[in-house]
Amino acid sequence: MPALLAAVLLALYLWVGSQTLDSIERARVNLDFILSATSRHVQLTVVSTVLVLLIAIPTGVLLTRSFARRISPPTIAVFNIGVAIPSIGLLALFSVVWDIGFWPAVLALVAYSALPVLRNTMVGLQQVDPTVIESARGMGMSKLGVLARIELPLAVPVILAGVRTALVINVGTAALATFINGGGLGEIIITGIGQNRQLVTVVGAVLTAVLALLIDYLAGLAEDFLRPRGL
Amino acid sequence: MTIKIRLENLTKRFPGEREPAVDSLSMEIPEGEIVILVGPSGCGKTTTMKLINRLIEPTSGRIFLEDEDVTKVDPDGLRRRIGYVIQQIGLFPHMTIYENIATVPKLLGWNRAQISARVDELLTTIGMDPATYRSRYPKELSGGQRQRVGVARAMSADPDVMLMDEPFGAIDPITRDRLQNEFLRIQSEIKKTIVFVTHDIDEAIKMGDRIAILRDHSHIAQYDTPEAILVDPADDFVAEFIGRGAGLKRLNLSRVNDIEMSECATVQAGADRDEVRRALGETDRCVLVLDEQRRPRRWVNADHLELVGGRSLTEIGLPADAVVRPYSTLSDTLNEMLVADYATAIVVGDDGVYQGVIDIDTINEAVRGMRAAERSRLADRLGEGG
Repeated sequence: MPALLAAVLLALYLWVGSQTLDSIERARVNLDFILSATSRHVQLTVVSTVLVLLIAIPTGVLLTRSFARRISPPTIAVFNIGVAIPSIGLLALFSVVWDIGFWPAVLALVAYSALPVLRNTMVGLQQVDPTVIESARGMGMSKLGVLARIELPLAVPVILAGVRTALVINVGTAALATFINGGGLGEIIITGIGQNRQLVTVVGAVLTAVLALLIDYLAGLAEDFLRPRGL
Repeated sequence: MTIKIRLENLTKRFPGEREPAVDSLSMEIPEGEIVILVGPSGCGKTTTMKLINRLIEPTSGRIFLEDEDVTKVDPDGLRRRIGYVIQQIGLFPHMTIYENIATVPKLLGWNRAQISARVDELLTTIGMDPATYRSRYPKELSGGQRQRVGVARAMSADPDVMLMDEPFGAIDPITRDRLQNEFLRIQSEIKKTIVFVTHDIDEAIKMGDRIAILRDHSHIAQYDTPEAILVDPADDFVAEFIGRGAGLKRLNLSRVNDIEMSECATVQAGADRDEVRRALGETDRCVLVLDEQRRPRRWVNADHLELVGGRSLTEIGLPADAVVRPYSTLSDTLNEMLVADYATAIVVGDDGVYQGVIDIDTINEAVRGMRAAERSRLADRLGEGG
């Protein structure tokens, strides 16, 4: 996978190098700008995903506890709203009710990608074999001990799958952050479209795609690495 | 007889259910015995067992461990003192066999060397080589091995009391039989107090020092030794639950070394024909040919001797293959006998050396003796009671 992505980037580089660029194209298609846009894009993705983990995993854990059986459906409904609204609308909404820039964009991404992590956390915990939990409780593990040492480790593969989904959603949706001045690789694409410079559009689009595939690949590696042995 | 567990008017009512699952159960469980809770499904036997370690909290009533009232103590601490095995075993799939068995010792704060030594000791006890199995994961084991590890895990912190809910339920019949025997062997050494739940009366008779037959709401229909229950069921419910063939089941309770063996005529494999004829002269049937190590080889009678002249004694006659051990049950022995050519089972020691034979008369005699003993014991007890 990394070799394929490197080949794509090399091909892009050679193709751009063979073209003569005008001033608009040079303003966008240069290493400094590309690097800063890419790093912004990665920041948007990583910061929003980390926030999603901090919010959705504890919420998922709480909602699967027996005392939360009643409040679980309404809470999921709230998380559902984020996904139900189209992503571009969500970004616009945040810019109107709050502000434009990096943080509103991050929060919009969080709202958009929290559900898969929440849902997978809950599913991951619910699919733990109840007899395993019973035997752990029967041996005198506390409820918290069972959660930390049995339930969460056994739910890790499913939770990680949710995190991977959220990452992929975020890296893709972050391309829209530019509409509310959030930066990222979307800025290159928008310029290309707005100024009718196909080369710029293609560079932005290819870079976005390569980044998304790279992040998905890394998330896959992390999934394999973090999955508990013995499962 | 010391009482290890005492249940006093234990009642469990689940919310939203009219009838209690367990209704005012009082019961005493003696130290070092296997007490079986057996009954039809839905009778509350599993609920009763879970009330003892308070996985299910009783609605009312009290639980005593020895003389300590544990109805209100910290349940996690209580459970660390009580071994627990369930039918599905519930090994932790993401932990190695070592980590699984080390669970309770770790909770109790043992040091690493202690835990390591204990795990190796237990693995050896259950017949699994520590070096091979310590770092395996549960999915790499067979069903029978997982079940053994489940029992080892329950014994890890050496609890006095163990609760076992159909521990051999999900295993094929052959492995189950072997595991039951293995467990009885271990129990004869460790002498734990065990509460054992099953729906299988045959397992109850085989495993139990005492059986409590439960009907709905965990009402005790009869609580007695397997022998007494088989000979003298308290009522129709118990009789029906035991089912047909109580006499045959009774044979499961006695072993070969409990009864008097018979002798039969034997000759050495190297003996000449005259010697065999002389031995045969003492019996109208046949002689047992033993090899140099006195292991049984063939049954030979007069006709065999006539038919084949030159061949050695280990090649003529019929194979001596209905062989039982001193600790085989009479039921297994009877079975061997029925399929054997001479309706006689040969008893050999662990080294394979001939000890004696058992035939149908021997068993008949033994059963008659047992029944008489049981009756007189019951009569004595009724006499005391009245």
